[in-house]
Amino acid sequence: MIKKVSIRKAFGEALADYGAINFNIVVVVADVSASVQTEYFAERFPERFFNVGIAEQGMVDTGVGLALGGMIPFVNTFAGLMLRAVEQIRTCVAYAKTNVKIIGGYAGLSDYKDGATHYSIMDIAIMRAMPEMVVMVPADANEAKKMVPLVAEYDGPVYLRISRAETPLVFNDDHKVKIGKGIIIREGKDVTLIGNGVMVFRCLEAAKLLAEEGIGARVINMHTIKPLDISLVKQAADDTEAIITAEEHSIIGGLGSAVAEVLGKYHPVPLEQVGIADSFVETALDPESLLDHYGMAIEDIIKAAHRTIIRKREKFEKLLKK
Amino acid sequence: MGYHSEKLINELNEKAQQFRLDVLEMIHERGAGHPGGSLSAVEIITALFFHHLKIDANHPDWPERDRFILSKGHASPLLYSALARRGYFPVEELHTWGHLGSRLQGHPDRLKTPGVEMTTGVLGHGICIGAGLCLAARLKDFNYHTYVLLGDGECQCGVIWEGLMIAAKYRLSKLTAIVDYNDVQLDGPVHEIMPLEPFAEKWRSFNFAVLEIDGHNIRQVLDALDMAKEIHGQPTVIIAHTTKGKGVSFMENKAEWHGLAPNDVQYIQAVNELKGEMR
Repeated sequence: MIKKVSIRKAFGEALADYGAINFNIVVVVADVSASVQTEYFAERFPERFFNVGIAEQGMVDTGVGLALGGMIPFVNTFAGLMLRAVEQIRTCVAYAKTNVKIIGGYAGLSDYKDGATHYSIMDIAIMRAMPEMVVMVPADANEAKKMVPLVAEYDGPVYLRISRAETPLVFNDDHKVKIGKGIIIREGKDVTLIGNGVMVFRCLEAAKLLAEEGIGARVINMHTIKPLDISLVKQAADDTEAIITAEEHSIIGGLGSAVAEVLGKYHPVPLEQVGIADSFVETALDPESLLDHYGMAIEDIIKAAHRTIIRKREKFEKLLKK
Repeated sequence: MGYHSEKLINELNEKAQQFRLDVLEMIHERGAGHPGGSLSAVEIITALFFHHLKIDANHPDWPERDRFILSKGHASPLLYSALARRGYFPVEELHTWGHLGSRLQGHPDRLKTPGVEMTTGVLGHGICIGAGLCLAARLKDFNYHTYVLLGDGECQCGVIWEGLMIAAKYRLSKLTAIVDYNDVQLDGPVHEIMPLEPFAEKWRSFNFAVLEIDGHNIRQVLDALDMAKEIHGQPTVIIAHTTKGKGVSFMENKAEWHGLAPNDVQYIQAVNELKGEMR
């Protein structure tokens, strides 16, 4: 059995720990501190914790005011419910460039019990389209922990997506992460798997199985979707000529789209997107079976790798015939 | 409560008429803008920027300054004119309003214009942002007051009432909301589009202290602003009853002048009316 660690708990504890050294950190929450686990912060710093009730728009705007007053607000609710405050985020956070950290909890399909009303499968697409917004997704509990000070000390708007899931650790305690710098976590020359969030572990598992077939798969943890590490994507396209993206998000507008934008401009190579097709997703008894059922199984990554490698070969064969 | 001399009232009334001329000139010159809701808020802005607010044009970032948020961001020409005449930037720059490359955007932009505390233009944001500022002041031990100018139509936004609950919960007595209650919005009379009444009772039931005034009476505006500072334990709203398009006969109480620029003939007529009043 692989040991699994809670991403949201790691985030919540890290935020409380960081709050002890940075007195400008404040938390504004819309009645979900027990879920997103900003409750750890609330217990230690009640004077810097503001629960505004079920008022997502009010939460974001209150955070904006706190930021104007020199504080560093972490505003948090479920990523799917944060959509209610998209206009606040566009106008008062992104456009006004206020130092607000937007924490989208229970992200992706990780709130597997609650269904499509609570999932967030388009949050990255929306946040990524906003000028000035940094968009990040940690791959595991350790990365989530490292992102807290990083996000807090960056001067400007950030969207940080936090899963509800317990996931296997990809990184250990001395993991280092920088905004906008993707990380190669496995080398390979035949195909590159670019993943983020909980899909990073699945990419690694897929790479191991591909290796058994003699296919070398590079794995990149693209924890920052914006600003995207363009040079790392270009390098992957140059080196492996076949790319798979894997994300717990709609294939419209997320990591896959961001990578496709880069490839289209610099080096069009065969690309396949692993993610949620353009559909809403039902409930299940656990998050893993949802990922498996809705096109994000390890097997889906492997099949996509096969297809891109075949397309790559066909491309070269055509070139040879010319 | 302060005593305000006749001399001060007269000076501020003169300034108010100057702002009316500025606003009309800016909107006429640009061929776009919102005259109705700018003219209705003139006395409120005059009282704030030329007497009440603790601000320093030479130090726009002074941490202890009072904060003013123009939640009804479409009254931007009025705010720009007040900031320019208060010394934040040259008065001549008002002619650049809305031009490509200008620091003066159609709606206020805090990153571009000195003295603009917050980017606004989409309605409904001011109360919550003001509440956040008050919370920050409390944590940082600053003494400043935060003023938010709202339109009446804006109070149809649900998020305004979220903000009222937040401000009341945290007893933000340094938050003063001012509603420019001119009873006209883009599509018609507020009382027809979506009635607000009983308006004062709504605010009272949300635990705000309520002051009601004639928003064109400078003395009443000044007194209410002073009184709001003396109210403790709860935030205050000043409901200022005003006339949309105030001072220009053909614009008064007309929804069509919400967002329309006067043509040359109308502009001259408006200026003549205002100058007649100034004499």
